[in-house]
Amino acid sequence: MVDRTGTPLVELRDISIAFGGIKAVDHVTIDLFPGEVVGLLGHNGAGKSTLIKCLSGAYQKDAGKILINGEEVEITDPRDARAQNIETIYQTLALADNLDAASNLFLGRELVGKMGFVDESAMEAETRKIMGRLNPNFRKFNVPVNMLSGGQRQSVAIARAVYFNAKILIMDEPTAALGPHETQMVSELIQELKAQGIGIFLIEHDIHNVMKLCDRASVMKNGQLVGTVNVDEVTDEDILGMIILGKKPALAA
Amino acid sequence: MTNAPQTHSPQMPHESGTTRFLRLTEIDPRLLGMLGALLLIWVAFEAYAAFVLGRPSLLLGASQGEANGFLTPRNLWNLSVQTAYIGIMATGMVLVIITRNIDLSVGSIMGMVGMYMGLLQVEIMTPLVGLGHPSLWIVSVVFGIAMGTLIGAFQGVLIAFLNIPSFIVTLGGLLVWRGAAFLVAGGRTIAPMDETFSLLGGGSFGALGETGSWIFAVIACVFVVWAFINGRKSRQKHGFALRPVWAETFVIGLVCSVIIGATATVNSYIWPKGNIEKYYASIGQELPVCAQDNDTIYEGVCASFGHGFAYPVLIMIAVAIAMTILMTRTRFGRYVFAIGGNPEAAALSGINTRAMTVKIFALMGGLAGIAAVIGAARQNSATNAMGQLDELYVIAAAVVGGTSLAGGVGTIYGAIIGALILTSLQTGMVLIGFGDGSYQRIVIGMALVLAVWLDIVYRKRIK
Repeated sequence: MVDRTGTPLVELRDISIAFGGIKAVDHVTIDLFPGEVVGLLGHNGAGKSTLIKCLSGAYQKDAGKILINGEEVEITDPRDARAQNIETIYQTLALADNLDAASNLFLGRELVGKMGFVDESAMEAETRKIMGRLNPNFRKFNVPVNMLSGGQRQSVAIARAVYFNAKILIMDEPTAALGPHETQMVSELIQELKAQGIGIFLIEHDIHNVMKLCDRASVMKNGQLVGTVNVDEVTDEDILGMIILGKKPALAA
Repeated sequence: MTNAPQTHSPQMPHESGTTRFLRLTEIDPRLLGMLGALLLIWVAFEAYAAFVLGRPSLLLGASQGEANGFLTPRNLWNLSVQTAYIGIMATGMVLVIITRNIDLSVGSIMGMVGMYMGLLQVEIMTPLVGLGHPSLWIVSVVFGIAMGTLIGAFQGVLIAFLNIPSFIVTLGGLLVWRGAAFLVAGGRTIAPMDETFSLLGGGSFGALGETGSWIFAVIACVFVVWAFINGRKSRQKHGFALRPVWAETFVIGLVCSVIIGATATVNSYIWPKGNIEKYYASIGQELPVCAQDNDTIYEGVCASFGHGFAYPVLIMIAVAIAMTILMTRTRFGRYVFAIGGNPEAAALSGINTRAMTVKIFALMGGLAGIAAVIGAARQNSATNAMGQLDELYVIAAAVVGGTSLAGGVGTIYGAIIGALILTSLQTGMVLIGFGDGSYQRIVIGMALVLAVWLDIVYRKRIK
């Protein structure tokens, strides 16, 4: 069971963001504790990705507060998020297709040797280490990532988030492009990271994955928060009801 | 270290000898293709001059004095000088095109910078400090590069922060800067330039000379050997696959042969007798007999008056090395490729893509500034027409050199070879008597389209 007595790892408090008059996120408050997986659910366009991009620095909130370990922080671009040990695996993977795995893994955070030159060999060696742990079958270190399969690309994107000692991990549909075996690997990885005390926001459409992987689920509809429930205390029917009807079940937490 | 150093597997199944050779030596097949095209062009012009026009050819045993084809030390030396400023700008255009932009204004920037630089040097500074003062050339060079950089940065700001497409901003620049180049001096030609300054444009005195060029060649070869050994050590340290020793030796040998061959060629282009006369007059000695006729300058003491590498060529080599290091060894270079491959991913990785755009265009402008220095020095004057149409040659050089207009792909050495190919076509057409411009443009235009088509075919095949 996740201990939720202390200060939350992340608190998104009363966040709002609008695009040209349309309220994509409308006064939403969610939180995340260490070692916890919080699922973010809702229809396409419900505002999940937009909300989470305020945390990863891709968008800027119009109103509200972001608190990390109880302290308010300003996140205005992806570098700020990285400085707070927030790592993101985007749905699009956000890989530069013309570069190899090591270049993508270290993109924006290259290892430099003396004289400030990029140390390619060291980056490749580190990439081989982390990939050996995450995806031992991965061999294609010296080809651009557009030559890789969907699963291999996904493992590069995951490696990038995991390598830099994330404390807060955002995963936007990490298994959408994967086969059953690779999906299983991602689930195991999530369990492992959770055990290390990392907090994970998981955007997920597959209700079975949510029931299996998440501790709590926050459901959004039309930019507003329908509610947050403990996954143990509800059925998948209840959650589907929240997503489709925007109705909070009677015994919600 | 748990994994022992691996070597490349000796034989992959179904692999021809050539493929295996290229894989083991890690020579880029596209580089070979470009060099092959270049050699083909050279030999074709030489053959046309020898067999159709009946000119004496060095390859067919004519003496250096009478040889008048394409492959003569004189022509190749001139080719190297003419390639220099296009090549310098093409290295910057590679960055611009990799990041999915274009810069149509480089020729006009070159013209305008040249004009302002000429005015500053000839009409403002010379009356102040006097003829031949060393500050003249230094201030001119610094001013030229700074002005080019500022103009480039200004265009970069419009592109990055106002989101105006680079095609439009630089198309506007093409017109605006050219117009400004005319207005500043009312279309006058500013001449002559400072003597030291004009050395930067080449010529007999603006070259390294025979001894200097050999020293340069030796240093270059030592550097190549050092770079290969260093690369091997680094691979070894991390236990990566190594190239077989014979492949390393072969590549080093090949590169050094090219360096030595180029040095021998530029050194065997002897000063014309007029310049040898000037030299002896300047040191106050009597003119040797061999320098009394242009036919005998290949004999005796005159034969030691080889041109060697021209200064503009040395500048191009320095720029190419610096740009290659920038693109392959620094974060800046990584970000250029990343932005070209996926701008959104680059931004999400915390790369400040707007600042990068400004820097890239500033760099391009600075290189156009260097080209303006070389151009004005070479003409020994500043004219408002300098650099006209050069933007097209620069873009063509980058593209012929393998830079993809779709972004994300390109090399500095490719751009230099591309510049060499285009300049060869241009000067070759003049040499064989099609110099009135129309045929030249037709041939270069067709070569551009052909080169891009071949590249598309090649890319499809490797996929």
